[in-house]
Amino acid sequence: MPASPSPDRRRGPARGLSARGPVGTSLPRWLWLPAAIGAAFVLLPLVAMATRVHWAHFGALITTESAREALLLSLRTAAASTILCVVLGTPMAVVLARTRFPGQGIVRSLVLLPLVLPPVVSGIALLDTFGRRGLLGHTLDVLGIEIAFSTTAVVMAQTFVALPFLVIALEGALRTAGGRYETVAATLGARPTTVFRRVTLPLVLPGLLSGAVLAFARSLGEFGATITFAGALQGTTATMPIQIYLQRVTDPDAAVALSLVLVAVAVLVIGLTRQSRSAL
Amino acid sequence: MTPPAGLRIEGRVPGRLDVTLEVAAGETIAVLGPNGAGKSTLLSVVAGLQRAGDSRVTLDGRELTGLPPHLRGVALLAQDALLFPHLSAADNVAFGPRAQGVRRRQAHARSLDLLARVGVVDLAKRRPHQLSGGQAQRVAIARALATDPDVLLLDEPMAALDVDVTPALRQTLRTVLADRTTLLVTHDVLDALLLADRVVVLEDGRIVESGTTQDVLSRPRSAFAARLAGLDLLTGTWDGEAVQTAIGAVHGMVDPTAELATGDPATALFRPAAVSIYATSPDEAPHGSPRNRIAVTITDLEPLGDRVLVRGAASTSGAGGEGGAVLLTAEVTPAAVADLGLVPGLGVTFSAKATEVAVYGSFKR
Repeated sequence: MPASPSPDRRRGPARGLSARGPVGTSLPRWLWLPAAIGAAFVLLPLVAMATRVHWAHFGALITTESAREALLLSLRTAAASTILCVVLGTPMAVVLARTRFPGQGIVRSLVLLPLVLPPVVSGIALLDTFGRRGLLGHTLDVLGIEIAFSTTAVVMAQTFVALPFLVIALEGALRTAGGRYETVAATLGARPTTVFRRVTLPLVLPGLLSGAVLAFARSLGEFGATITFAGALQGTTATMPIQIYLQRVTDPDAAVALSLVLVAVAVLVIGLTRQSRSAL
Repeated sequence: MTPPAGLRIEGRVPGRLDVTLEVAAGETIAVLGPNGAGKSTLLSVVAGLQRAGDSRVTLDGRELTGLPPHLRGVALLAQDALLFPHLSAADNVAFGPRAQGVRRRQAHARSLDLLARVGVVDLAKRRPHQLSGGQAQRVAIARALATDPDVLLLDEPMAALDVDVTPALRQTLRTVLADRTTLLVTHDVLDALLLADRVVVLEDGRIVESGTTQDVLSRPRSAFAARLAGLDLLTGTWDGEAVQTAIGAVHGMVDPTAELATGDPATALFRPAAVSIYATSPDEAPHGSPRNRIAVTITDLEPLGDRVLVRGAASTSGAGGEGGAVLLTAEVTPAAVADLGLVPGLGVTFSAKATEVAVYGSFKR
């Protein structure tokens, strides 16, 4: 500590030790170096990006029609896919956490596959299922439904990749909460639906919220599966990440400005989860 | 409160439970037994919480077998209060009535009424994390009563609580259990004495003893109940003169009502205070009036007031025994312990006068 004033130093090492607190005394010092490098590695690119922004034109860049359309589309589709994730993922998590059936381990692994699958591959898989020449394509055609390269496709692609995040978060919360409260509720005469609504869900609400936030964030950032399955039509399927990718070549300044908007949204999301967690 | 109903249980869970038990309307039965004897399994079968094999449960003739837990009218109170953490104490108690369709105001009034009965109405608005263990268990009792269950199952309701709150809680239970058909699983002999009309002792999933609490504790026929009552117990076969046990013949006073015939299973029972200790082997021990002399290896010493409990293992002679050692307890003065130099591992002789040993027939299933 070269900056510390000399009177402090004269008081001896004991004070310095207590001032550093228990963390400083229990951690090996060398740990700080890789930790600092890691933090810098994550933060520096964000700072770099911020320095590249033309602040004078920032307002104009992010309010062009294409930018506004992309942001609105992103928020709308991410919200829709989050709702879908909650509606489909909650029952999935409950079934996985509270029941036992043969092959459950395999089912869990397969359901969580999109977590590790390259998004492009997910997009191709969706195309092979719901595309015009896909597995269900003909059936959907007969019904007059066309999914590929529509906003619906965007929502589906985002749901596909985001669903495992919600399922994992919620299943963990359910396992931690255990089934004992549900047993008590049943012996008090509550039907299974009442138990689910009044005991299971309230108990895992924090897990459900953080799972939903994760799913929202993942949906917002979705790129590979979306561009493969839904394309990049402005206003219909070109979400923020896709818009940024396209403008990177034609209008780098706009791309950087839009990126910063996404960063701001991400920071907002993280802030909201922290708040909701501490509130619960 | 609806009039109490009688419960009939045929608990058959392969490898874990084989029990037929009737609980009269309004009766409280204490279920005692060592760990793993099947006590909790029995409660789970009644509550419908586990696959119950060929079990049958009926309530005043109404078939409960196969019904899901929420349709049984059987409330369960466990060791932990398990209050729903997201609800206030009053809402916890109101949960059952609400789940069964009682209107909010009515359920709330009932909740406050019950909380008052168990003495915690002033805590109605608290969340479970703001309650002590004893307070939480009181709320849990109120919650279990709120649905007016036909049967109340208590699984060691006081085992997780501080000793200083259990007497008061036991008093509360005593008042609420009156006129309720109740199964009470417990480790505590006081629970059995103060709360139960009858006692059954489970061992290895079977009932090895049953009777009024007083009978079972004063004349236990199972090793577990004897230990619970603080008595020494040896089982064997009556040969016309003595009980032939795994550790040899034991002489005693035959219970006039026992009607023992040669070859009948029989039980010899004596108080630890009736046991004298000799620091020699039985053959070398001075011949005196006590006719029962048993070679014992001391396993531990435990102070009990101004007395010392000396526990010892008598090795079985092989034939007719269950194998292994039989545990016996003697109660002597600290001076005797010092005089004889009693320490764990020492081989000694436990001796009891025949007049101090009660002999009677074994429990017939």
